[in-house]
Amino acid sequence: MRAMTESLTRQADSLTPEFIAEADELVSHYPVSKRSASLPLLHLWQNHFGFIDDSAMEWIAARLDLTPVNIIELVTFYPWFRREQAGKTIIRVCRTLACALAGSYEVKDKFCQAVGLNPDCEHHGFGHAPPTTADGKFSVEFVECLASCGSAPVALINDDLVENIKTSEIPSLVESYK
Amino acid sequence: MSETATPVAMVNVQVDGEWKQFPKGTRLIEACMKSGKFIPHYCYHPKLSTPGNCRMCLVETGRPKMTPDRQPVLGADGRPEIAWGPKPEISCAAEVAEGMGVRTSSPLVEECRKGVMEFLLINHPLDCPICDQAGECRLQEFSVEFGKGESRFREEKVKKPKRVDIGERIVLDDERCIMCSRCIRFMQEVAHDDVLGFLNRGSHTTLSVYPGKRLDNNYSLNTVDICPVGALTSKDFRFKMRVWFLKETQTIDVSCGTGCNIVIGSRENIVYRITPRENEEVNSCWMPDSHRMNFHYLHSDERLVSPLVKGEEAPSKWTRALAGAAEKLQGRDPAKTALIASARMTNEELFLARRLASALKIENFDVLLRPQKGDGFLISDDGNPNTGGAKLLGLATGKLSEIARRVESGEITALIVLGEDAVDCGISEGALKKLEALVFAGILANKTSPHASVVLPTSAWAEKRGTMINIKGRIQRLNQAIQPPGQARDDWEVLRDLVQAVGGSNGVYSIEEVFKVMASETPALQGLTISRVGDLGLQLSLPA
Ligand code: SF4
Ligand code: FES
Ligand code: FES
Repeated sequence: MRAMTESLTRQADSLTPEFIAEADELVSHYPVSKRSASLPLLHLWQNHFGFIDDSAMEWIAARLDLTPVNIIELVTFYPWFRREQAGKTIIRVCRTLACALAGSYEVKDKFCQAVGLNPDCEHHGFGHAPPTTADGKFSVEFVECLASCGSAPVALINDDLVENIKTSEIPSLVESYK
Repeated sequence: MSETATPVAMVNVQVDGEWKQFPKGTRLIEACMKSGKFIPHYCYHPKLSTPGNCRMCLVETGRPKMTPDRQPVLGADGRPEIAWGPKPEISCAAEVAEGMGVRTSSPLVEECRKGVMEFLLINHPLDCPICDQAGECRLQEFSVEFGKGESRFREEKVKKPKRVDIGERIVLDDERCIMCSRCIRFMQEVAHDDVLGFLNRGSHTTLSVYPGKRLDNNYSLNTVDICPVGALTSKDFRFKMRVWFLKETQTIDVSCGTGCNIVIGSRENIVYRITPRENEEVNSCWMPDSHRMNFHYLHSDERLVSPLVKGEEAPSKWTRALAGAAEKLQGRDPAKTALIASARMTNEELFLARRLASALKIENFDVLLRPQKGDGFLISDDGNPNTGGAKLLGLATGKLSEIARRVESGEITALIVLGEDAVDCGISEGALKKLEALVFAGILANKTSPHASVVLPTSAWAEKRGTMINIKGRIQRLNQAIQPPGQARDDWEVLRDLVQAVGGSNGVYSIEEVFKVMASETPALQGLTISRVGDLGLQLSLPA
């Protein structure tokens, strides 16, 4: 595991004034309890840095008058958040009912094969990045319903929703993200 | 509450068929307990916030039936008829309300408890035989009383960290944790050092500290007390003694002026642990770790265990040692004699020390003050437990530095030191050596004891009874948990015998009598007896 162990650079040391202004703006949405800004700040951070390191949790905690343990509780609860770098392209295959019935398990296996990952690799969140290829290009994981059940099976590739996936199209689909 | 405050409104609640009254705002769980109905619970703690997460306290509740115009429907007995809720409710988070009904042991409630117990035990390692919590484990107790007795769980248990070194004084076993969050809330709400949290929430929920942080706060051991299971255990106490062998003695902590109320757990004259005892006026349910651990010296090798007279065969006999001390002290110029007492002594001892001074006509006496920086919570700014008593009984005179100076200069030639080290009082060992008479009474060998003409071994705070007055002017009681070691004797008896040996007043034959005489001579204590002081102490109105 990469950043979850040690990293020499601390993300919090490279904050730009723009980032801080954006964070302040988010905090200002919650005048009653700053604590409510925890999740928005974590999203902002992960979108910006790709993952959340210890300095991030400490910075956010300090910004919200909390202690870091309050933040790590969230980071290890939501599988969306990760404490280490994921692939440049993240493929999220829906596995909820409609998609499962439409073959999402096969779809995920095919994605794994196409990018070169072991399809049996399990992922539970807890701050870990989803299984990622050695070159750091792709991560593949299951997610729950993407609210597109009518066009199952679906996957979210970075921010693109891909619908009615046919397993035969997967290699070329992956190719287009290389 | 002061007497002028508005009286709290009372509400009528039916508990298992009986109507009772409770002040508005009372928690339902408290109302049930006050009615003599035990409600098993894990996460609820009266001094912490209420997350309602363990579900063990489920009861059946009902609210009064209402007519269409919102009037309660009254039954034949004139009481509201109760519409019982279809689902059970947690009693820890509910407040009593007018006309409410509660059933604490109906078949539904019993079924709920069985279910909750089964869930709590699903991933539990069931390692009670090697668990140090056995004997005071709520999980074990409630399992026997309210559980099913056998598991239907055939799947793999979730594995979690074991023997986690979570802090200097605490070990954590995450598999035993039932996620009640009491420890987290204590650290947040009482200790204000929010280091604990639940990581990986879900079926893998793990109590943990933030990476790199430790549960090292000076109040951390309180989490061990409130952890209902064997997840958090004290390194100092674990595996030392099964708790059912411990004799419990209610007494007070003497590590500072707060006088936290405590329970000593001892067996066969050995103290194994100290836990805080609830006293709303003093320490709530808590105590500092540093004070809780401050008892190992009771069993130190440095304890003085037999009387000694310098130049005579050791050990000496008590009769000889007392006579020897009297010989040394009598017939001297009182102006050349001084007495140093201790604000760690009980009131009774201080009172007798004062008598000893009068019997010898000594006017140079004082106690050693210990001002310190408190922690703003339970460690007070006074390092002595009984400065209040020393002041009230006239022992704190402020003459100590003058006494020290005159011992150094050789003007004072005889010194009585009770429970202190003269070196701490600013007297050099060289000066002590030159004294013609040095009578020392205490529990531990120190820099003074080797120079003493007579050494009188006495009892430590866990080995005797007596009273002390804390920093807020509350008189509290010490009780005896263990016997003093060897020949050591109770301080008040030693002082009484000394007073008699130097020709002072008549004997007193029990500590109660000492208290009585002291109370009769001390206006602030008028009308008090040791038994009236009680286990929770009494607030005195002391002279300013
Ligand atoms: S360690 Fe003990 S007090 Fe803390 S959450 Fe677990 S069971 Fe509760
Ligand atoms: S089940 Fe896959 S999008 Fe809803
Ligand atoms: S004691 Fe009520 S839910 Fe835990």
